[in-house]
Amino acid sequence: MTSTDKLIQMAIAVVLFFAVTGLILVLTARLRSRNGERVQAAAFIAPSLLLIAVGLLYPAVGTIYQSFFGSSYQPILGGGNEGNFVGLDNYRRIFTNGDLLQVLQNTALWVVLTPLVATTIGLVYAVLIDRSRFEKVAKALIFLPMAISLVGASIIWKFMYDYKGTDQDQLGVLNALLKAVGFDTYRFLLTEPWNTFFLIVIIVWVQAGFAMTILSAAIKAIPDDIVEAAKLDGVNGLKLFRYITVPSIRPSLIVVLTTISITTLKVFDIVRTATGGQFGTSVLAYEFYVQSFRSFDFGLGAALATLIFVLVTPIVVYNIRQMRRLEAR
Amino acid sequence: MSGLGLAACADDSSDGGSNEAGGTAPGAGREECAQLEEFGDLSGREVSVYTSIIAPEDAVHKESYKVFEECTGATVAYEGSSEFEAQLVVRVQGGNAPDIAYIPQPGLLQTLVRDTDAVVAAPDSVSENVDEFFGEDWKAYGTVDDTFYAAPLGANVKSFVWYSPSQFEENGWEVPETWDDMLALSDEMVDAGVKPWCAGIESGDATGWPATDWLEDAVLRDAGPDVYDQWVNHDIPFNDPAIVESLDRVGGILKNEDYVNGGIGDVKSIATTAFQEGGLPILDGECGLHRQASFYAAQWPEGTDVSETGDVFAFYLPTTSDEFGTPVLGGGEFVAAFSDEPEVQAFQTYLSSDVWANEKAIATPGGWVSANTGLDIANLKSPIDQLSAEILQDPEAVFRFDGSDQMPGAVGAGSFWSEMTNWITGAETQATLDNIEDSWPS
Repeated sequence: MTSTDKLIQMAIAVVLFFAVTGLILVLTARLRSRNGERVQAAAFIAPSLLLIAVGLLYPAVGTIYQSFFGSSYQPILGGGNEGNFVGLDNYRRIFTNGDLLQVLQNTALWVVLTPLVATTIGLVYAVLIDRSRFEKVAKALIFLPMAISLVGASIIWKFMYDYKGTDQDQLGVLNALLKAVGFDTYRFLLTEPWNTFFLIVIIVWVQAGFAMTILSAAIKAIPDDIVEAAKLDGVNGLKLFRYITVPSIRPSLIVVLTTISITTLKVFDIVRTATGGQFGTSVLAYEFYVQSFRSFDFGLGAALATLIFVLVTPIVVYNIRQMRRLEAR
Repeated sequence: MSGLGLAACADDSSDGGSNEAGGTAPGAGREECAQLEEFGDLSGREVSVYTSIIAPEDAVHKESYKVFEECTGATVAYEGSSEFEAQLVVRVQGGNAPDIAYIPQPGLLQTLVRDTDAVVAAPDSVSENVDEFFGEDWKAYGTVDDTFYAAPLGANVKSFVWYSPSQFEENGWEVPETWDDMLALSDEMVDAGVKPWCAGIESGDATGWPATDWLEDAVLRDAGPDVYDQWVNHDIPFNDPAIVESLDRVGGILKNEDYVNGGIGDVKSIATTAFQEGGLPILDGECGLHRQASFYAAQWPEGTDVSETGDVFAFYLPTTSDEFGTPVLGGGEFVAAFSDEPEVQAFQTYLSSDVWANEKAIATPGGWVSANTGLDIANLKSPIDQLSAEILQDPEAVFRFDGSDQMPGAVGAGSFWSEMTNWITGAETQATLDNIEDSWPS
């Protein structure tokens, strides 16, 4: 397709958009009653709902359907290969196969550790630099990694972790440091199970800035009179943090924790870039990709995707509820 | 959004049915256009090509299409992607297949033919070209369930050991003729204070593949091509005693702390060394031997003299016995079509001809070779390409395609890679092969 074709298509799309919007306006313009407004609203929501159904619901249902079939691709509307229905076999494999169990275990480690560590670091940092002289610079420093893609961050850390034998010249910063103080060099990305923790460090490095930003804003929103009242009552230091700061920013804390959990559940880039899922570091989102698009086991891939969906749903629901509460205040 | 969809649909279905193009081809009468004349005038038509061959190698590919464009008037739209294997399947299933795809794995071709029904059988003109210019084995790799789909395009020879001719000369070492000679030479290197072998199998999410090549080469030499075929097709189990023996033979080199890993570290460092960097210590004299395919020629830094008397060159990985002739392990791409429009068939015909092979050879500075017997070796510029072509065209050579590329994806691009990586980092031979056998789809 040439760029002229693309421009023409775009023009058609824009014209169609105006035509549909105009049509809805004309058709619903006469409705004035309360019921009429409802019809009007529905008419405007309908196209979006339709697009969501086509772009989100249909593939979601298709994936769940696919997860009950064997390896070959199973289009939801018939055609293709029929008759390799395997029931819950793919799910049984996830929870019995040794390699896949390790994937589950790794995912659990990621999802538990990342939000806790990243939020803790972000919170402590936000409190420490609050109203300090270097606040802006300090904030910028921890926020900078947020601007780097996870792939970029992984490549940076791959250099940090690079391994060469102790008697060789070192390329990796960490191993150069180890060697400088007289230790043997260490295989950061290869030694199980610690390599998973070293990968988690990468996402924490990226996400701590996000946690810090949100929490710092929440801390600044705590009314001064509350803090003053507490201080008059003789509450200071750690106690002020424990009894005033943390309870005041609790909704923000939960939003940060859940948002990072969701990001972590779908982490893919870090594992792919840093280890390629080798040395026992694979996680659900990466394994889903490997099974679907490298092994072409579409059934197992779909089952893994469905599992991520099931795991992430309660967190999303909780996250949205907390956000609403936050906004209601 | 819906407008885009409508326009795209209209675009796809508009030219259905016009399977014959008339008129006289623009290049009619020219010698190199002889095969393409029957397709007539294809001016204004376009063939889309989707491949895993990306910059800088794509430039010479496009260059080699000029004769086709001049002969037929059609143009070629080239698109390369490093995500080719995964994206191709997605595109085909999404109804957005390219006209032509260069598929580097017979296993992927089988998956596409059997699971998507979208691959179009090769026209007679292509089939005839392949009969004329390629060996039967090559035609078989492009055939699925007795239908011939895809003609071979490029090829590479994997059974090479890279070494430094100047280092060999300084130390009075000689290129070994047999496997045992090669081990004796390795011991000599150890005595001279050089770790003989260097290796790297890290390759992002494909980590492990260079180790699979080692095993395949060993099986081909120890057990012979017939057992190799049975093993690849799963007619014998993956953990057959013959395979165990071959992997132990490989372990004699790769898992031998005295032999590896020259200039990099110990045995485990093989797993975390990028395959592109695996052989580089040869240049510093820190290692003597590196087993890697002909395409490794492109990895040496600019200015390296790749020749029989230069900084680096390669020799044929020796045989373990003279029972099975000269086994050669290799790879290559195959041209699969998803459309039977005349311009697509004309392009397939062109690519399978000796005309293209020679055009490509002339356009390429080095790092490309084909199994096309119509290829004049004199047209290849780099000495390693010439050596590869000689090996491929040698009637004594027993060629076999890379085994992992023919196995089902779950093994060939999955457990085989990852278990070989685990084997390097310490897993036992028997357990490694058992695990791969267990993962073979039933």
